[in-house]
Amino acid sequence: MYKYDAIDRQLINERVAQFRDQVSRWKAGELTDDEFRPLRLQNGLYIQRHAPMFRIAVPYAMMNSAQLRTLGHVASKYDRGYGHFTTRHNLQLNWPKVEDVPEILAELAEVEMHAIQTSGNCLRNITTDQFAGVAADEVIDPRPLAEILRQWTTFHPEFAFLPRKFKIAISGTKDDRAVTWFHDIGLQLQEQNGETGFRVIVGGGLGRTPIRGQVVREFLPWQHILTYCEAILRVYNRQGRRDNAYKARIKILVQALGVEAFAQLVEDEWAHGKDGPATITQAEFDRVAAHFTAPAYETLSASDAGLAEKLATEKSFKNWVDRSTHPHKVPGYTAVTLSLKKHGIAPGDITSDQMGIVADLADQYSFGELRISHEQNIILADVKLADLYALWQKAKIAGLATPNTGLLTGIICCPGGDFCDLANAKSIPIANAIQARFDNLDYLFDIGEIDLNISGCMNACGHHHVGHIGVLGVDKNNDEFYQVTLGGRQGNDAKLGKVIGPSFAADEMPDVVDKIIKVYIETRHPDERFLDTFDRIGIDPFKNRVYEGRAHGKAKAAQKEAA
Amino acid sequence: MAQLIKHGTAAVDTWKTLEIAEGETPESVALPTGDVIFPFAVWQARKTEIISCHKRIGLLIQPDERVEDIAADLDYFIVIAVNFPKFVDGRGYSTASLLRQRYKYQGELRAVGDVLHDQLFYMQRVGFDSYALKDGKNVSVAIEAGFSPFSDAYQASTTQPQPHFLRRA
Repeated sequence: MYKYDAIDRQLINERVAQFRDQVSRWKAGELTDDEFRPLRLQNGLYIQRHAPMFRIAVPYAMMNSAQLRTLGHVASKYDRGYGHFTTRHNLQLNWPKVEDVPEILAELAEVEMHAIQTSGNCLRNITTDQFAGVAADEVIDPRPLAEILRQWTTFHPEFAFLPRKFKIAISGTKDDRAVTWFHDIGLQLQEQNGETGFRVIVGGGLGRTPIRGQVVREFLPWQHILTYCEAILRVYNRQGRRDNAYKARIKILVQALGVEAFAQLVEDEWAHGKDGPATITQAEFDRVAAHFTAPAYETLSASDAGLAEKLATEKSFKNWVDRSTHPHKVPGYTAVTLSLKKHGIAPGDITSDQMGIVADLADQYSFGELRISHEQNIILADVKLADLYALWQKAKIAGLATPNTGLLTGIICCPGGDFCDLANAKSIPIANAIQARFDNLDYLFDIGEIDLNISGCMNACGHHHVGHIGVLGVDKNNDEFYQVTLGGRQGNDAKLGKVIGPSFAADEMPDVVDKIIKVYIETRHPDERFLDTFDRIGIDPFKNRVYEGRAHGKAKAAQKEAA
Repeated sequence: MAQLIKHGTAAVDTWKTLEIAEGETPESVALPTGDVIFPFAVWQARKTEIISCHKRIGLLIQPDERVEDIAADLDYFIVIAVNFPKFVDGRGYSTASLLRQRYKYQGELRAVGDVLHDQLFYMQRVGFDSYALKDGKNVSVAIEAGFSPFSDAYQASTTQPQPHFLRRA
């Protein structure tokens, strides 16, 4: 993975000193709260419900074991011994002290980590596919260009105070796993006539106004990605709305202008910057790409006899392998997902002890590297098939081998009202209640592949719009309610879920999910996943079952009156 | 009164900015004498008149005013002031980049309005060379530390036209 050189180190060390100075000037009253707020946000520091929340970047999902150990250390020294992986390649600490953050940053800088631009109205962390570089379906490894983009976004002088936050995702696979259709800029690497380039998608996003992005350029040769992004950002910085924060994302500008007019503005702007000094040279690409060479893989057979025997005899091991491994491009290796979705735990949470264990597992089984996914799990990307059984046994003891990745209880979930100031409703207890209801593993496997995503408010950090079942916390007269959507999905055919109807109270949610699942179980064809059945029968059968016997509309009003 | 920083030192501001009072319009406002920074709309409405009676002319650009509209006039201006009504309104950074990089404006480029210590570094990089630091802020600390939190940068910008990757040995 990428190793810092002199300039990278120098800049993050200077960032630590800068933030230390900003905190002390704020403490001394030289910076007002309003003046300090955007500065601390651009260092990942929110002031939250109970305490500050601090968000550390994991650029394009890659980490080494030393970095994870440091995160574990920082979480126990300055916080309560755990952290939370988010849907955008970040680790959040929920209880640090503002005064400690410069020290935390200094310790992170030692292992080439930082919190630069992890929040605020600026260019955010670049995200990608958690299987980048190893996936069997990969066309082009996105990591060198993701790193080049990371450097370009870091302290860009023109785009530090945008109308609103700006998120870029990049993917290089046949199946999109980076949610590129729902980012401010989504970049899909592809090859055309022997040339490598990007399909450039702009104006997607979830949040309050969920919109699927639109293609502004079908093919952009890779050398031009920085100058082209500069053009997009300049158009947005100048023309994006600043009068209303809810209408300030680039998606609103693209909608207002229409994608053709927007694309024309970008092309006109790009005409000035095209082929300028920011055009990426082959030498620079090669320099960065040299950091992402393959580890020292052994020459192995594509199958392993020992593994086959264990799979045949131990059902619980087979269940875990079925749910937790992803095809690898090198024979004899596989990418393993360690689930952070153990039932009853906040999805995405990991303790300092677990971080230490995962770091050891990475050293022992995966060349000392790991990734995190937007599904809030950890991936060991280069595990030998022959090591799977030993890895499973160790992961199981550490509570990291729940075989529910891609299943109903492998829930994507934001921190919600337990922690977050923005939330309308709690999300973790809903996730845990659903996990408790579906605690039978055989049943979970029988239900099969399904994404259940929960957000505690319309900002959609839990990506509820693209869950096959989406749950959104809403506020109704100061009570917490939950709106359910069905049929959303990520991937190449990414789309938004449809709202099923009026929202539900928290204690109804396990029943509601249960009814939705029962409709699927009763009507599915043998080879259908939940989503296939949904696409065939539509939303009505689900709606009818969920609201069966519930008075609504006039009947509800009459009932109220009678009462 | 904002304190002007210029050439890395506190400077005396010899310019006054024409303000359009209520009831006045760009067409009707009286044009003062001396070194005056004219609002964009006044310049556009009264260009010939201003040129005929002023040797030294300044221009004030608001965030929503387009550089493109005055690009042909740049040779007239000794100073262009770019206003930041709030420091979190980042449009002025694009205005400055365009003036310097695309339209090759060579005169004084001044940041005015909500101009604070922690934005000076970015302002300098996009091409500002004078700064009307907000009233009440510590000028000597800003001069000493505000322009140099970082010793280098990855991107190309006005002050460093080559991105870092082209400057590697």
